[in-house]
Amino acid sequence: MKCIIGGGNVKVLGRAVYSLSRIGEELYLEPTESGLSLRAINSSRSAFASFLFAPLFFQRYEAGGPQPNTELFRCKVLMKSFLGVFRSLPSLEKTAEKCLILLKPQLSRLVVQLHCKYGVTKTHNLMFQECERLQAVFDTQQCASNLRAPAQVLAEAVVHFPPTLAEVTLRVDPEGKISLRNYVEDEAEPSKTMVTELWMAKDEFQTVAAAPGSHITFCLKEFRGLLSFAEASNLPLSIYYDTPGRPVVFTLDDTVLEVTLVLATLSDPQSNSQPPTANGVSHLPAPSDDFPDDLESYMIAMETSAYEESSRDPPSPTFPLRTPHPPNSDPEEGEEEEEEGSAVPGTPPHKKFRSLFFGSVLTPGGPNLAPTQEVLAEDSDGEY
Amino acid sequence: MPLSAQPPGSAEPYLLTASLDNARHLSSLLRAVHFQDHATCFATVNGLRVTVEDAKCVQANAFIQAEIFQEFAVQEQTVTFRINLSVLLDCLTIFGTSSLPGTSTALRMCYRGYGYPLMLFLEEGGVVTVCKINTQEPEDLLDFDFCSTKVVNKIILQSEGLRKAFAELDMTSEVMQITMSPDKPYFRLSTFGNAGSAHLDYSKDSDLIEAFHCNQTQTNRYKISLLKPSTKALALSCKVSIRTDAQGFLSLQYMIRNEDGQICFVEYYCCPDENITEEM
Repeated sequence: MKCIIGGGNVKVLGRAVYSLSRIGEELYLEPTESGLSLRAINSSRSAFASFLFAPLFFQRYEAGGPQPNTELFRCKVLMKSFLGVFRSLPSLEKTAEKCLILLKPQLSRLVVQLHCKYGVTKTHNLMFQECERLQAVFDTQQCASNLRAPAQVLAEAVVHFPPTLAEVTLRVDPEGKISLRNYVEDEAEPSKTMVTELWMAKDEFQTVAAAPGSHITFCLKEFRGLLSFAEASNLPLSIYYDTPGRPVVFTLDDTVLEVTLVLATLSDPQSNSQPPTANGVSHLPAPSDDFPDDLESYMIAMETSAYEESSRDPPSPTFPLRTPHPPNSDPEEGEEEEEEGSAVPGTPPHKKFRSLFFGSVLTPGGPNLAPTQEVLAEDSDGEY
Repeated sequence: MPLSAQPPGSAEPYLLTASLDNARHLSSLLRAVHFQDHATCFATVNGLRVTVEDAKCVQANAFIQAEIFQEFAVQEQTVTFRINLSVLLDCLTIFGTSSLPGTSTALRMCYRGYGYPLMLFLEEGGVVTVCKINTQEPEDLLDFDFCSTKVVNKIILQSEGLRKAFAELDMTSEVMQITMSPDKPYFRLSTFGNAGSAHLDYSKDSDLIEAFHCNQTQTNRYKISLLKPSTKALALSCKVSIRTDAQGFLSLQYMIRNEDGQICFVEYYCCPDENITEEM
């Protein structure tokens, strides 16, 4: 993969990387025919962000290798390392004239080269790891509610909340007024907590197609990263959400850039929920950090249990549909409770967020192992 | 001057007496070489030189010419003593480090000789502080013997161009590698850290380069921990000269303009790391 980013777009790339750094510790790079995708996921798998830069964003964009049939190579790098290239955004804005990104699997290095003013060139040769495709499964079409506003409206609202605030609730009341309120745990002492609620005028929003009385609670910290990017790029922000517990999707759209942030949300404690102890899913271990290897076995287990679940049809609180899933459907939008807390008494209070279930590129037949790559030239030094 | 050169009734003259209207002219330069607690001071008729060394590998010198001082007198050819630089800096900045416009600390420095403490009289806004700092036996210092005839490669750069690079150096790298060459990459700073390698290249036609005299391609590595303190000197300076000799020893000379526009120099010398000098 080889691409060149010119002039003003270098700072956009820098800002995107900063945004992604608020989500996860690793940056996933995936060159596709429709552009270069940069993604990140947080450690509890409850936040996923993706920036897709269309070929037009670049001065030059070559997704794959010279041979047309070469599998497009994807990799992940340490977020810290990639961020190090774009360390100082203001000076980057002033001095960077061009940015070249070169991914050569044979060299086992990701090359990021900044051409700056005064004949200065900064070349970073970053180590990377091959990885599986990272993709959150979601469908904005299925979301009951949709809001759209200039990023500024939300940025100005969010500024009123303390930087340490973890969760915030977005609510659309029956009259159609939109509010943001800090989320307070039920167990919190009323005398010691401060509640901040902010109302936004409906006419500030370009679209309000929300179910009246609907609300959604999500992590503010992870949202802030996207918000600062949106504000700087002056793009309108779209919010898609459904019932509490189902993920909320934030998108930014531009002719050359598509940004998506998917966050897990808090499920409603008032809904007729039953601790899913009978649910086979709850006994699965959470995926370990050894992401690519364990993910396959984890997802195979998920698939199997989903089939079992459908035959029993338990009243799972997270699934709005009461009908069982047909056995041969892909387990889309399955949610899995962070079961350790509920299973073991006496554990410290755990986040009630459900981790997003990440679909994979598993072919219906079975697990998709990393395609073996024909080694054209042996790597003389170590793998990583 | 409210304070006289010698206390009344004393028989011996001070070996060193110096007066400075603005102590910052001295303290800011000393800070640029303050990477160890102790320093050796040399006073000659030309001025004051303060030397700091580390690990017998790196040496920094701050030069404050006699012309910078309002009064500078030495009674011997060279007056030398070793002193705690941290304490000296604390005393020089005893009235605080923030500079309000129009106010400055006046300094008078006196040294009677071997075995005597260094006396500092500092005055600001009518308040006088007297400091006595014990001095020690001067230690042997390295002589890098860097004269212009031994220089193989030399580049003079505007400090502006290097400042950010030094501030953002990948500190997970143990070394900083400097390549100077008449051919590409001309001038390159490299680090090899946990994330991978990073190279900063300056083209010889760069507007930031004021002078480019490279005769031979040289690549040398220096311990980054030893060079990192030079960032302070770089931050104060307007120009820096980078020179290497045949053995790969590095000389960094910083031209610093003080608040009154007077020029002072700070230099850093560094030994190459484990003699990994490749002549390509």
